[in-house]
Amino acid sequence: MVPTLLNEKQKAVDRVMQHASGDKRFKILEVHMKKHQFKHDALIEVLHKAQELFGYLEDDLLLFVAYKLKLPPSRVYGVATFYHFFTLKPQGKHTCVVCLGTACYVKGSAKVLAAIEERTRIKSGETTPDNQLSLLTARCIGACGIAPAVTYDGQVAPKQTPQAALEHIGKWI
Amino acid sequence: MQLDDLNAIAEKHKSSRKKICLRSCMSAGCMSSQADVTKKNLEAEVKAQGLEADVEVRRVGCMGFCGQGPLVGVDQNGSHGLWEFVKPEDAPAIVGALKGNPCHVQRGDPNHPFFARQMHIVRANGGIVDPERIEDYIAIGGYKALHHALTEMEPAQVVEEVTKSGLRGRGGAGFPTGLKWGTVAKSPGAKKYVVCNGDEGDPGAFMDRSVLESDPHLVLEGMAIAAYAIGADQGFLYVRAEYPLAITRLQTAIKQAKQLGLLGGGIFETPFTFNVDIRIGAGAFVCGEETALMASVEGKRGTPRPRPPFPAESGLWGCPTLINNVETFANITAIVSRGGAWYAGIGTEKSKGTKVFALTGKIKNNGLIEVPMGIPLRQIVEEMGGGAPDGGKIKSVQTGGPSGGCIPAEYLDTPVDYESLTKLGSIMGSGGMVVMDDSTNMVEIAKFYMEFCMDESCGKCIPCRAGTVQMFHLLEKILSRRATARDLAKLEELCDMVKNTSLCGLGQTAPNPVISTLRFFRKEYEELLQPDPFGPRGNGEAKKQTVTT
Repeated sequence: MVPTLLNEKQKAVDRVMQHASGDKRFKILEVHMKKHQFKHDALIEVLHKAQELFGYLEDDLLLFVAYKLKLPPSRVYGVATFYHFFTLKPQGKHTCVVCLGTACYVKGSAKVLAAIEERTRIKSGETTPDNQLSLLTARCIGACGIAPAVTYDGQVAPKQTPQAALEHIGKWI
Repeated sequence: MQLDDLNAIAEKHKSSRKKICLRSCMSAGCMSSQADVTKKNLEAEVKAQGLEADVEVRRVGCMGFCGQGPLVGVDQNGSHGLWEFVKPEDAPAIVGALKGNPCHVQRGDPNHPFFARQMHIVRANGGIVDPERIEDYIAIGGYKALHHALTEMEPAQVVEEVTKSGLRGRGGAGFPTGLKWGTVAKSPGAKKYVVCNGDEGDPGAFMDRSVLESDPHLVLEGMAIAAYAIGADQGFLYVRAEYPLAITRLQTAIKQAKQLGLLGGGIFETPFTFNVDIRIGAGAFVCGEETALMASVEGKRGTPRPRPPFPAESGLWGCPTLINNVETFANITAIVSRGGAWYAGIGTEKSKGTKVFALTGKIKNNGLIEVPMGIPLRQIVEEMGGGAPDGGKIKSVQTGGPSGGCIPAEYLDTPVDYESLTKLGSIMGSGGMVVMDDSTNMVEIAKFYMEFCMDESCGKCIPCRAGTVQMFHLLEKILSRRATARDLAKLEELCDMVKNTSLCGLGQTAPNPVISTLRFFRKEYEELLQPDPFGPRGNGEAKKQTVTT
């Protein structure tokens, strides 16, 4: 049994390396790992960089990170799935993050979210079928003074109403 | 770098200052309303109106009054003014106003109780210094406390001074900081670490973000002093990924401090060495718990572990580790330069100093306030916050986030300190204060927090993983008017179980919002209950009757 397993593993590594050889982004990622001296404790930093480069963490990418950092793939997969910030599925072209922190909630962010969900016909955490928009929620983005806040493509918008939010995403869908 | 060099930088920077200063808030709140464009426009307008020689436009951190933002402050002839709700197109009018022209932009009142009742230690430089220029921080006396500690104090003296100040951890639990420092200093080990907990996960709290964005050097200096006191040479700053602006400003600050030799090897030509690395969180609330945070710094899944051993004995990679909150570190420079006795003179007998609160929710004046400990809640909410907007009535104030509780309006005269809040079933927490008016349903709020804890439970221990789910379902059942008195009893039983048997702070405090709303707003729960079809005791006889009829 052992030789078969090893073979399987070797095949996976070969496949990932071949996949990686033609893509510049893997090079950039490797430089980033080198900056951290391939230390195991830099795993989260490396995954942040990987997600920034690729948009999401696909299986081969996780295997590549595991191989380069000399970590078991289970550990890398475990960390990638533990933290909410990492996504293993491709995201839409645009993102809309509705803050559901207490201050935003008290000021009606649930209504904003409901309006967006109704219009886009997707639930939070999903992406529209045409890949235009990913709808996400945040626990608190620390913008409580301007609640309710919604982040459109990384830009925080203050004091949102259902109308304002629909107007904003109307440009995308 | 020596003291003379530090003074030279300060003098040089001060002499380059201009007569009039326009301070443009560039914190995350104001930035979301185009404060960056406003600042550019102001700069262009100063040039266009030929005032370059007299007017400087400075990028500053948070001024606190976030609900009225974007804010622009002005220092002219020794007096300070404030403009509120500034839009980019208001730049010509504001610059014109410096010459005495009429200006339509709304003026803020610096004597408003919102400002007048505050006392600034942690936020002293917020809205005054440019967070991306170390010279600005040095010009107001920055890094002098570090110099004082390194050259004139023994490490044990620093610990003693912090102990004398009576400072308690600002992260929520309120553990005496001096005691913690002393324990780490005494722990044997050649390698020690200092960790700054900037994983501000409590929804409704944003003071750490504001401090990191507005005054990153204050935190770095506090960490360096701590490192000297306990004998560490490496620090980690753990910041949430949700705070990108804070992360970039910290990176800039660390780079600048290293360039000037205020971080790194041989600081102030003493043998003291201190390096700081930033660790970026990845969205896990449980990482605010210290053992989970350390696992995350080590690049692992952020799950807590049982204590003891406490981090002070065995923390990062098994070495003694000091973990403090951002706000705790931000207090250190003031304590070292002005003395522990001075700090101990502020606040109440058991809670010393000041505390920053994020005043949000259904209240007129939203924003950050720093007040001395022991101030009555009513003063914060009614005088500084201006009460509920649109004629609403304040129903309760929620403190401590998902680990805290709701304080009903009739207890508003409670002084704000660690003990008084605990007595009311809430906690100080990191300082979030969410005001709720009479349109808020308390059962819904309890459900909101339970959903939060359910999602954020790391899954390591069963009481928290399974208990929060069951409690959430029970609350949902109550809210949809399908529950009976028996469900409520079950909910209370679960609260007790999860509280007493969970592994870490998240689980142990997860039932708090339910317990506290049940304590003060039990009626709201009971109004939603249905009569029990099986009779009050649920014995077999009653059941039989219901089936046959």
